[in-house]
Amino acid sequence: MTVNRRTLLGAVATAPVWGALPFRSARAQAANTIRIGVLNDQSGLYRDISGPGSTQAVRLAVQESGITQRGVNVEVVEADHQNRPDVGSTVVRQWIDRDGIDVVVDVPTSSVALAVNTLVREKNKVFINSGAATSDLTGAQCSPNTIHWTYDTYNLAKGTGGAMVRAGGQTWFFITADYAFGHALERDTTAFVTAAGGRVLGGVRTPFPGTTDFSSFLQQAQRSRAQVIGLANAGGDTINSIKQAAEFRITRGGRTKLAGLLVFVTDIHSLGLEVAQGLVLTETFYWDLNDRTRAFTQRVGAMPGNLRPSMVQAGCYSGVLHYLKAVADMGVAAAKASGAEAVNRMKAMPTSDDAFGEGSIRADGRKLHPAYLFEVKTPEESKGAWDYYKLISTIPANEAFRPLNEGGCALVRS
Amino acid sequence: MEDLLFELQLALPQVILGVINGSFYALLSLGLAVIFGMLNVINFAHGAQFMMGAFVAWLLLSYLGIGYWPALILSPLIVGFVGVLMERLMISRLYKLDHLYGLLLTFGCALVIEGLFRNTFGSSGQRYTTPPEFRALDLELADFFLPGYRVWVLIAASAVCLGTWLVIEKTKIGSYLRAATERPQLVQAFGINVPLMMTLTYAAGVALAAFAGVLAAPIYSVHPAMGANFIITVFAVVVIGGMGSIMGAVVTGFLLGFVQGITDVFYPEASQTVVFVIMAIVLLTRPAGLFGRA
Repeated sequence: MTVNRRTLLGAVATAPVWGALPFRSARAQAANTIRIGVLNDQSGLYRDISGPGSTQAVRLAVQESGITQRGVNVEVVEADHQNRPDVGSTVVRQWIDRDGIDVVVDVPTSSVALAVNTLVREKNKVFINSGAATSDLTGAQCSPNTIHWTYDTYNLAKGTGGAMVRAGGQTWFFITADYAFGHALERDTTAFVTAAGGRVLGGVRTPFPGTTDFSSFLQQAQRSRAQVIGLANAGGDTINSIKQAAEFRITRGGRTKLAGLLVFVTDIHSLGLEVAQGLVLTETFYWDLNDRTRAFTQRVGAMPGNLRPSMVQAGCYSGVLHYLKAVADMGVAAAKASGAEAVNRMKAMPTSDDAFGEGSIRADGRKLHPAYLFEVKTPEESKGAWDYYKLISTIPANEAFRPLNEGGCALVRS
Repeated sequence: MEDLLFELQLALPQVILGVINGSFYALLSLGLAVIFGMLNVINFAHGAQFMMGAFVAWLLLSYLGIGYWPALILSPLIVGFVGVLMERLMISRLYKLDHLYGLLLTFGCALVIEGLFRNTFGSSGQRYTTPPEFRALDLELADFFLPGYRVWVLIAASAVCLGTWLVIEKTKIGSYLRAATERPQLVQAFGINVPLMMTLTYAAGVALAAFAGVLAAPIYSVHPAMGANFIITVFAVVVIGGMGSIMGAVVTGFLLGFVQGITDVFYPEASQTVVFVIMAIVLLTRPAGLFGRA
């Protein structure tokens, strides 16, 4: 066949590239305007944990910071990175070079986050990451312009791995997504399991993406007689694993427990308690944790799709609120002039908000707050809509994350 | 030797599971083969139509209280009707052109449909509970537990595949269809409404995808990308079986499920790759596919 110009244009038009639309720029007010860009997954599997809900949380932070009453303009824009580093980099480059964005927020998907991390540092702006898991953001690739807010792989592995062994889960079997993220999560969790006196009996690596049926792997795990099946995967893989574990009654009799190493409250909502009950997981925010988190959830309102906020969305709120406090403290001009200076000011100030309580930011850019080990309730235990977790243990802020000197961050002077 | 026997004994349940998963490959590739065989269209929207089947079942249940059994019939009918609209409004305009145009069009449709569902229902998926009556079919053999619903999937998929094959190969309507594929003008000259037949064939292929979607709803989470996860493997199945071969699609679907089941036990890392390795070997040795006519 012949391919003419029209066909090509048609093909290009169908490609799912909806870049960031430029917003109205009022140059006259530019000096007194803080511009926040929320970059995340608006169309793929992380849409529900981040997506438009993160923007909604950021808008609440802007409103509650009270900075607009002091005559400072704040503009919030959002874009979809489609979980692709090239798309993410292009958007951020445009945002900074053309649209004058001062701070980039959220950015789930580790590969995109690392790309944005480099770019924001190069341009001396601010990067508040809430959505990505990789602990490299505050380790080998740490940056004076980046704060990693909500959680990371080390924190999840320590929470779920270490605490579960202490709770009696001595022997483990891993079902691991066969790519860098899954391997890292398995490796980190194994370290905590063995350090706490547990043993790993075996594991399978499942092809990623494309695995839809986990029943065969679950049965292999069951045959190993391990007490804990660790799910070192994410998103749809985790949901299918948990769903099929219930279907094949893997956890019946209470001999085996499932440990989700990266599970969000929206995943539990999607699965339902009938299926997800008994699952153990780590999060740093849960809407029903205490009066302050409930108050925050009330104020932020229902997330798109009538969901409750995830820890990633709560992290976007908390991060932007703190950034705007630093801006109010140091002045708009100084904050806009140097992202690194703004981040330094943020590190110098203690954090406080309803979503995460009191906290602080470490030299390597790691935001510190407690982490919580939860078990998913049974349908009988649940008292109403979204009553999903019971707290098993709290990991204090100073133990929840990787020790400062172990990350290999160049910003840390030993 | 004893070790090997022991391993094989362990592998047996996995092989059964593999064949059951093969049911989905068989149903989906059957629909693709029907559409390609009759219309010469490579239907890239098949995954999206599978997903719509599951979603319609979920919508029927959560908004109208219509349960699994009626959904098994209603959902393919509803999604089949969407197929009629797609064929009439868009695909029928491309019959005279190269395959590539149909492929691009249906691929575009798939992206749009998935996007619409994602925007409306979010990305993390909806739950569809397995109807409790299937517990009666639960199989428990020593260490091995097979949920009754999986047994049902195997039965239902085999029956539908066999039925479709019989209709196409053994009935009068089937013979018209096959004739219309070879010589449409001639068949039309005998007074048979060929365009209508094409439309209904497309709708039937789409309905098969939707039927597979309803079957899949209780097993997998009902989410917008559920079809996209399947479709690449299913295309490999069609290629291995021979493009457009009904028998080839069904047999290859079950066969590859079986092969994946074995791979899951001995080398799980390769359980996706193995399909494409087989595809490469088949293409090198029998370019028309296992059951295709060159």
